[in-house]
Amino acid sequence: MFFLRACLLALLLPLFAGPASAQTPEFDALVTSLPEGSYSARGAVVGAIALTGDPRAEAILTALLDGTLGVIEATGQVVTLTPAPADALTGAPVPEAEAERIRVNNGLRRDIRAALGILTLSDPDPAKRLAAADAAFRAPDAAQYDLLDAAFQREEDPAVKSRLAEARAVAILDGDFPDAEKREAIDVIADRGDADAQRILTPFAASADPDIAEAATAALGSIEQSRMLWGYAQNIWYGLSLGSVLLLAAIGLAITFGVMGVINMAHGELVMLGAYTTYAVQETIRQNAPGLFDWSLLIAAPLAFLVAGAVGVAIERGIVRHLYGRALETLLATWGVSLILQQSVRSIFGPNNREVGNPSWMSGSFDVGQMTVTWNRLWILIFALAVFAVLLFVMKRTAVGLQMRAVTQNRPMAASMGIRTNWVDALTFGLGAGIAGLAGVALSQIDNVSPNLGQSYIVDSFMVVVFGGAGNIWGTLAGAFSLGIVNKFLEPYAGAVLAKIIVLVAIILFIQKRPRGLFAVKGRAVEG
Amino acid sequence: MTFKAKTLFKAGIASLLLSTAAFAQEETIKVGVLHSLSGTMAISETTLKDVMLMLIDEQNKKGGINGKMLEAVVVDPASDWPLFAEKARELIEANDVDVVFGCWTSVSRKSVLPVFEELNSILFYPVQYEGEESQRNVFYTGAAPNQQAIPAVDYLMAEEGVERWVLAGTDYVYPRTTNKILEAYLIGKGVAPEDIMINYTPFGHSDWQTIVSDIKTFGSAGKKTAVVSTINGDANVPFYKELGNQGVSAEDIPVVAFSVGEEELAGLDTTPLVGHLAAWNYFMSVDTPENAEFIETWQTFIGSEERVTNDPMEAHYIGFNMWVKAVEAAGTTEADAVIDALPGIEVPNLTGGTSVMLANHHITKPVLVGEIQDDGQFDVVWETEGLVEGDAWSDFLPESAVLTSDWVELKCGNYNTETKTCGGASN
Repeated sequence: MFFLRACLLALLLPLFAGPASAQTPEFDALVTSLPEGSYSARGAVVGAIALTGDPRAEAILTALLDGTLGVIEATGQVVTLTPAPADALTGAPVPEAEAERIRVNNGLRRDIRAALGILTLSDPDPAKRLAAADAAFRAPDAAQYDLLDAAFQREEDPAVKSRLAEARAVAILDGDFPDAEKREAIDVIADRGDADAQRILTPFAASADPDIAEAATAALGSIEQSRMLWGYAQNIWYGLSLGSVLLLAAIGLAITFGVMGVINMAHGELVMLGAYTTYAVQETIRQNAPGLFDWSLLIAAPLAFLVAGAVGVAIERGIVRHLYGRALETLLATWGVSLILQQSVRSIFGPNNREVGNPSWMSGSFDVGQMTVTWNRLWILIFALAVFAVLLFVMKRTAVGLQMRAVTQNRPMAASMGIRTNWVDALTFGLGAGIAGLAGVALSQIDNVSPNLGQSYIVDSFMVVVFGGAGNIWGTLAGAFSLGIVNKFLEPYAGAVLAKIIVLVAIILFIQKRPRGLFAVKGRAVEG
Repeated sequence: MTFKAKTLFKAGIASLLLSTAAFAQEETIKVGVLHSLSGTMAISETTLKDVMLMLIDEQNKKGGINGKMLEAVVVDPASDWPLFAEKARELIEANDVDVVFGCWTSVSRKSVLPVFEELNSILFYPVQYEGEESQRNVFYTGAAPNQQAIPAVDYLMAEEGVERWVLAGTDYVYPRTTNKILEAYLIGKGVAPEDIMINYTPFGHSDWQTIVSDIKTFGSAGKKTAVVSTINGDANVPFYKELGNQGVSAEDIPVVAFSVGEEELAGLDTTPLVGHLAAWNYFMSVDTPENAEFIETWQTFIGSEERVTNDPMEAHYIGFNMWVKAVEAAGTTEADAVIDALPGIEVPNLTGGTSVMLANHHITKPVLVGEIQDDGQFDVVWETEGLVEGDAWSDFLPESAVLTSDWVELKCGNYNTETKTCGGASN
């Protein structure tokens, strides 16, 4: 045990020892040549720096990665720029710092990360070792084989060990190793079974050595098959996700158009108002209480409902109520309203996109098998279903919902039962508008928050409601998800543009056959 | 309306205008500004209108041109293509402007071309475009494909070792033509056709899940892959968000964009974009005294330290200064004289060099490739050695390789060097 620890210490020592130890002229020459040459040539220099094992390597490479390493043009002296300018090799302060920052690009950054990975392979923190193995895996370099192999042999953490095995395998595949080892390496990589494995193995399928080519081809075949199956699952998921966005955009319209029969062209702009409410909330939070940022959407949701709902009620009271039963006039008037809303938002907030951030719980993704599920899409799906459930509850189980349905089904009868139909009309329109505002909160997470936000959803929303069957919110649900999934299955074959056209044509044909949509409402309401 | 009546009518309007102008103030030089202030393109074009007002203001502080003050005439074509033609006519006929600075999208430019030709006026067009055009009355101060797309691809090939290409664009004329040129160029460089994937999406496309996942799959074929994006303004935000969320980093699959600048990034959380690239002829981060002065003047004029500058703004800066010099040289604002004076005019650009107006009505520019930083600015990682001459007709498309444009010697925008005739293709 003591021996092991001493070994580890010996390995770690160079990393932590002061600048007094093991300084090689070779290292100095490498560092001095860092600012020159093409990015790929400098990538090689970075690798060589790491392999010298010089104690100053990590600091210099980290500075290079962070963009705090500079060079003094006149003398070619390499300096670190923070905290105070100092010679990168000796640490001596540099008085007159007319240093130019050394440029780094993506390729070089990847090389630096790999090189730093080599230096941190023996870090006591398993997470760092895992990151180091990852970096080595992503930038294969046969020169690193010995270090990776040594790290693999002494590693005890199973997760890190398996990643190191993969990193070692790509290093083997990168260099001149015996065929038997290469075949073994191919097996290790093939076990990953993902896109990375496919990327690494593809070139070997055309290898000159028949054994290697065969092993790689077989591995690729099985990867291909599993990826194809997962591809279907992925398409369904994408379809559901697109469907949830359509559902959110359309569900408010299912109320105003579907239930009330008002063609509200300003529906998209109500969605936009919701998105801008989210922006306003986030701005306030950023300035006053940055700690609350992760809650911003939860705070914005009720506010967006109220803002959009209030505007909706105003539209209904101000314009729409005078035009009931005159579809064409309503269409034109609400279209005018949409233009007014757009331009006023443009005047108040400016024509540029506004930045709405994703809270941390809506960023990134996780893998289900070979499928990538992004958090923001998942939450939007959940949110859409929740809004739908609440709406269904309101319509079917509450007194307000009952009145709404009564008024739309038979206005004179509802009025004579003592329902204030005017008031219910305003409330129904406001509910539809408020839900559009909620949609805006969700859409702000995946789309631009600009005055044009609403325009891109209005056509889709009408399509969903008409296809699903006006007056039936279950129809809207079915319509949204079926359109989403059909679209996503067509897209890989037909391309995004053609897929949209095909779907549109299909809907037109469908409406010819069934003018009332998927789920037609039967009874007196239809005649009225 | 008969010809006679028309002339009479025109004369009437002209005299009316003359009398009011004389009544209002001394004679001024009128500069038309034709940028959308409402509608979808307002996002990009409003800034250009402001820049023009600033440049005119600055010139007036210097005493105008040849002793005459400048006066801006601003109209709003509202992102509506046919309206561009109407407004252009209004500017030239009714407002009697001497020059127009304007347009953004190619379709708006195409719609005003006949107007400028018919009424013989001058248009300065400040945006990068697909080339394949050279018109006597138009001066193209934005980049032609060989001043943006080709050098960007060269950079990726040489410095990042890219061998597999995704050409992703919005479905309209600029991306389609650019991608056609790029495809021909890449195949000429020995890239196999199966290593090129071309993808088009509608305007304002927001659901990028399938496409990003396709790009990931395409990128897992064992060769370094990059995306060349001609995706138009608004669709970019969800595209980059999806890339970030699906874990595609710039170090794995870099995206180089031709339509994403400082202005577009201003409305965006740039964290997931860091390291992705853009190719332009100007970045706000370029460290030259001219640029520092320009930024300061701009921020003072607009009254905000937050406002950024971008490539088309520099194009207007160059174009305006060229026009000023040409008018000074010609001693008149009369269109034919200015058009003849413009080629050969040299003015400093903001990146530390001088741009020259060429005989084909394009200009010389440096090409810069920048990486997006977390503050929404670009860090220049590469630039061309010298200035690149704008080429109106691409050398990589067989039908236009034989064409050349020269308004000085040949007096022709599409001279066919094989048949030695003017008018090889439409403009």
